[in-house]
Amino acid sequence: MNGIPMELGLLLSAVLFVLGLIGVMVRRNLIMILMSLEVMLNATGLAFIVAGSRWGQADGQIMFLLILTLAAAEVGVGLGLALQIFHRFHTLDADSVNEMQG
Amino acid sequence: MIELLWCVPLIPFVGFLALTLIGGQLTKPLISWVGTGSVGISAFLAALIGAEFLNGTIHPYHMIWGHWMELDDLSVPFGFYLDALSMTMLFVVTGVGFLIHVYSAGFMESDPGYARFFAYMNLFVSAMLVLVLADNLVLLYLGWEGVGLGSYLLIGFWYEDPNNGYAARKAFVMTRIGDTTMALGLFLLFTQLHTFDIQSLMLRAENQWTPGTLLPMVSAALLLGGAVGKSAQLPLQTWLPDAMAGPTPVSALIHAATMVTAGVYLIARTHPLFMLAPSVQFTVAVIGALTLLIAGCSALVQTDIKRILAYSTISQIGYMFLALGVGAWSAAIFHLLTHAFFKALLFLSAGAVIFCFHHEHTIFKMGGLRKAMPVTFWSFMIGSAALSALPFTSGFYSKHEILLAAFEVSPVLWAAGCLGALITGIYSFRLVFVVFFGAQSHGVEKTIGWRMSAPLLLLSILALFGALLQIPLGTVFPALLDQESEHPFNIISVITGVVPILGLLVAILFYLTGTFSAQRLANYGWVRPIRQFFFSGWGMDALYDCLLVRPFKTITQLNKNDAVDGLCLAIVWLSRRLNHLVSASQTGRVRWYASSLVLGAVTMIAIGLLS
Repeated sequence: MNGIPMELGLLLSAVLFVLGLIGVMVRRNLIMILMSLEVMLNATGLAFIVAGSRWGQADGQIMFLLILTLAAAEVGVGLGLALQIFHRFHTLDADSVNEMQG
Repeated sequence: MIELLWCVPLIPFVGFLALTLIGGQLTKPLISWVGTGSVGISAFLAALIGAEFLNGTIHPYHMIWGHWMELDDLSVPFGFYLDALSMTMLFVVTGVGFLIHVYSAGFMESDPGYARFFAYMNLFVSAMLVLVLADNLVLLYLGWEGVGLGSYLLIGFWYEDPNNGYAARKAFVMTRIGDTTMALGLFLLFTQLHTFDIQSLMLRAENQWTPGTLLPMVSAALLLGGAVGKSAQLPLQTWLPDAMAGPTPVSALIHAATMVTAGVYLIARTHPLFMLAPSVQFTVAVIGALTLLIAGCSALVQTDIKRILAYSTISQIGYMFLALGVGAWSAAIFHLLTHAFFKALLFLSAGAVIFCFHHEHTIFKMGGLRKAMPVTFWSFMIGSAALSALPFTSGFYSKHEILLAAFEVSPVLWAAGCLGALITGIYSFRLVFVVFFGAQSHGVEKTIGWRMSAPLLLLSILALFGALLQIPLGTVFPALLDQESEHPFNIISVITGVVPILGLLVAILFYLTGTFSAQRLANYGWVRPIRQFFFSGWGMDALYDCLLVRPFKTITQLNKNDAVDGLCLAIVWLSRRLNHLVSASQTGRVRWYASSLVLGAVTMIAIGLLS
């Protein structure tokens, strides 16, 4: 289990996280934003796994399970919202759903 | 009975409250019963208390009814103090006040503001009673401001006319100048002597201060400022003629009989302080002498019946100040008493003329009213005789005493007083002859009822025989030095007695027989500017207008966009700009929010890493 150095694993997770973040910021399609969020969540999950393997403890995996549950719940709510928005506005463009102006 | 002293000011106040709260629902007879009744009850009580007081030991009576405020070493009770001086004032305020209330019930009958009028009058009487009965200067100041308020409300009683409102404001602001100096005087006295109680204050002043030093002089001068403002003396006298804008009973009660004499009362009440400051006391005499001459000259040429009486009031209060200034304390209060009788009588008679003449004020439009209004004519005649101090009227005795006392101090003051008496004789009988003699005018529309004629009759009796009222003022004031060595028949007292008769003769020659014509006199080139000068009250109004009113208005005009407001508005502007700035970021776009969140997080982490 010590084939991959921790630094590389963390670097991968940071790169994934930033990619997801950029996706959230630049994408306009709601589905794509949700997917980018998933990428971000998985990046943090990866960081936990790497840290857990480094220290040889199960905590990291437990945290990953937690993140998985959270992600599932988040996607459930997010997709529900996306469906509702599509019903009402016939579009999935996040920028066009700014009726309340904040 | 004397324990009920606290009821005397309270009952009119209850009347005021009743009329204010439920006056709108009461019928007119009921309003007049409440209004005059409350003052009547307190007059009755005052008479009983006075009888008990005068038949007793004449020892000052002091009672504390309750506490108003108490701080560290400052205690201000609702304390009432009754001695011969406050007794005199009590009689004047309740007695004359009651008669004027009865008169007003008839005079104001057709006025829509009947309840409001009586409410204000009751408030005034209550405040005036607090003023004269107060045992400490703070309570006195409460009454002092209370009468100022009553005066303001009643001058502006017919508020639909902006001129009346202006007159009311003028009276209020001008007396406020005096009140401010008086308040400063109170502060000075308290910081120096640590009490407000008048009797112990005077005692401490006499014990701790040496005569003629700075402290008593400054505090006496500050109190004098208050007295000058309230009593319409030089240089704050210009508000009183304008105060005639109010209903005539108001002029009789407030601006002749009671409130304007409050200054005289104040000086008499604090006379030990003035005796410690001889130069200030002499100033009082000089102010009085100057005022009585200036106001007398103005009264000579006025054409409005009430303005003539107003100027004569200023002039008579000048006599009182003269008496105070020369140390004839009892004479001053005696003249206050008789003046209250005959001036109230004159104003009420003038009110009757105005009432019957459809609110006409110009005397030259009246004439020959002798036949049409006999009661009014005779009361006016008696009032004028007492005003000009013809022998054997009450005014004669009081004015005579003042002038003789003035002669003891300075013949110049006496001469000024005598000249004033001559002028008084001329202008009061000019008024009588112009209004009641001569060609009959046809303007009399109404007659006066018993409610108006009965007070006239009673006041006529008082104006004639008021001098017989013996009030032991000697128990309050130090006696004049030469009280015993009085010479009843020296040349001075003869001149003093004859001068008013001379004035009467001049008035007869000019206005009754027409031997000389005032009209012709007024047409001489050199007379006209003098006449105009006198008519305008010696140009004092114009002077104050130039010196104070117009510069003030200019400054306010310049500062219309207030500098202080600028600061406040800057704060408003700044927060509004910030609001715009922040609300511009609330776009409702999720991506924008996410970006700003990222930016914030990155900044925070960067700060955390770098520091």
